[in-house]
Amino acid sequence: MKVLVAVKEVATVEEGFELDGTTIDDRYLEYDLNEWDDYAIETGVQLAEADDDIEVVSVSIGPERAEETIRMALAKGVDRAIRVWDDTLAEAELLDVRTKAELFEAVIEAEAPDMVLTGVQAHDDSFGATGVAVAEAAGFGHAAVVNALDLDADAGTAHVRRELEGGVEELTDVELPAVLTIQTGINEPRYASLRGIRMAQRKEIDVQTLEDLGLDAAIVDSPIELTAMYEPESESNVELFDGDADAAAGNLATLLREKGVGAE
Amino acid sequence: MSDVLAVIDHRRGQLRDVSYELITAGADLADAMGGTLALAVISGDVDQFAETLDRDGIDTIYTVDHGEEFNHDVYVQSIEALYDELAPTALLMPNSVNGLDYAPAIAERLGMPLVTDAIELSYDETLTVTREMYGSKVETTVTVSEEPFAVTVRGSEWAKAEGTGGATIEPFEVSVDESAMRSTVTGFEEVGGGDVDITDADVLVSVGRGIEEEENIELVERLADALGATLSSSRPIVDNGWLPKNRQVGQSGKVVTPDVYIAIGISGAVQHVAGMKGSETIVAINTDPDAPIFDIADYGIIGDLFDVVPALIAEFDE
Repeated sequence: MKVLVAVKEVATVEEGFELDGTTIDDRYLEYDLNEWDDYAIETGVQLAEADDDIEVVSVSIGPERAEETIRMALAKGVDRAIRVWDDTLAEAELLDVRTKAELFEAVIEAEAPDMVLTGVQAHDDSFGATGVAVAEAAGFGHAAVVNALDLDADAGTAHVRRELEGGVEELTDVELPAVLTIQTGINEPRYASLRGIRMAQRKEIDVQTLEDLGLDAAIVDSPIELTAMYEPESESNVELFDGDADAAAGNLATLLREKGVGAE
Repeated sequence: MSDVLAVIDHRRGQLRDVSYELITAGADLADAMGGTLALAVISGDVDQFAETLDRDGIDTIYTVDHGEEFNHDVYVQSIEALYDELAPTALLMPNSVNGLDYAPAIAERLGMPLVTDAIELSYDETLTVTREMYGSKVETTVTVSEEPFAVTVRGSEWAKAEGTGGATIEPFEVSVDESAMRSTVTGFEEVGGGDVDITDADVLVSVGRGIEEEENIELVERLADALGATLSSSRPIVDNGWLPKNRQVGQSGKVVTPDVYIAIGISGAVQHVAGMKGSETIVAINTDPDAPIFDIADYGIIGDLFDVVPALIAEFDE
C-alpha cells in the first residue's frame, strides 16, 4: 500500500515586514514546512510504522529552496520524495487550484497511491481547496478537515472524524483510494532525530518537470490574478498600558478591579 | 444573463448563520452583475428551510430533497445538475468546514476557477475578491477574468439578509447516482464536554501559543486563580494536548461572551476571534504590536507575558 503526502513549503511573515508591490519583501519571509502538512506527514509515517507494507512518498510543488523542507519530511520518516518544478512553473505568477489539481493528478497517475494526505490549508495563501480538488480530478473519494483516522486497509476503508465548527465531529467512512485533508491536533508531529536527518541526506528527491509528467505548459495559465496586497486598515481602538511590566500590570490591575474582577 | 447561485449551509436540522450572509453577498453580487439570485437548498427539511430562507433579494429557491445530512457527493451531484439547468455565472458557497468539503470538488468538476475565503466581493465587468493571506497579516485583492466562477465566502463578513421575500420555491429533482457515492456519514459526536463550561464564566484568562512550553501553563493557571477567573485557550494549546478540548475558544471550539476576556500570548487568528469577539471587555497581552488581537482588544499591553503575568499576579495576591 502506498500513501502520498502533499508537502508545501510556506513563507511566514516576520514582525515589521514591508510590502513590495504584490509581494512581501523577501527579507521578512521565513520559509518553513506548512504546519498542517507536518500533521499529514506524521499521519502517514505512523501508518507506515504500524504496517511494513506501507510506503510513504511525499510530493511537493516548489523550487530548489524547498528541498530543505522536503529533507525534513524525509528525516521524519517519509521514504522518498518527489518535487515538481521547472522554468514554466517558476515563471508563473500564481498557481491556482486547477493548476495544482492537474499537477497532483499527474503524479497520482504515475504513483497510483491508495491514500493521499494533505494539510487542511497552507499558511501562506490559506485557500484550503487543493486536496478536495485533487480528489475530484483523480476520481478519488475524499474527506476534508480530518482530525482522527482509523485505517482498515483490508476493507479498503478509512474511518475518519471530520472536525466541524462548534465542537461537533462528523464520523464518516471513506472508500479508498481517497484524499484526506488533515487538521492540526490529529497527532503529535515528531521532531526529526539526528539519525533521521542523516538518513534523509541519502534519500531520493526525484525532480519532475511538466514534460516529465506529460503536461502542457498551458496548464499554468490562470484567470486569477493577484492585483493588490496591503496591510489591513487597523480598526483598533485599543487603549495601551505603557511603561515597564510592573507599571503596565499595575494599571491593568486597576482597570480589572473597576470591572469587578478579583472582587471576592 | 449573469445569475448567481448560492448554496445554503445547514447542519443537523439547523440553518447555519452563513446561509443568511450568503443571501446578502449573493443579492449584492447579482445586482452588480445585472442578474438574479437563486438559492440551492440541498438535503434536510428542505421545505421548511426554503420558507425560513425567503428573505429580500432572492428570485428562486431550488430545493433538492435527498437525505437528511450533508454528504459531499450528493452536494456535488446536485449542484452539477442545477448548474446544467440554470447556467449561473457565479457559484457562491460557504467557506465552512462542509463548504470546503464540496466547493473545490464542484469547481473542479465544472472546470471553474475557484477563489476561497472571500471577505469582500465586487463586480465591474470582472470579479474582484478581497481575501487575507499569511494568517491575516495582509489583505489582497484578486481578479477573476473567466466566467463562470466559484467563490466561497467567509462567515460573519456580510450582514444577515432580512425582510420577507417573495421567492418562488421550486422542488428540483436530482437522480443521485448512489454508485458514485464514496463516503458515508455514520454519526456525529459532541466533543469538549467535561467538568468546566467556559461559556458560563464571567471572566476568562485565555492562553495561546506565546506560552511556549507546557510547563508554563501553570503560570496562567495561577493568574486565573488570583483573578477568580476560568482558564481557556486558543487552538494550538489544545492541539498540543496541554489543555483539554473543553477549554478551547474559537470556531471549532466554544463561542464565549464573558464580561472580561484576557488574551495572553494569543495572536488573534480569525478562527479564534470568531469565538470571543462578543466578549464585553477584551484585554490582550502580546509581544507583537501587529498581532490582529489588538484590532479587537479594548485594552492592551505590548510586552512579554513572562514579565507581565507575574507582575499582574503580584497585584492581586497582595
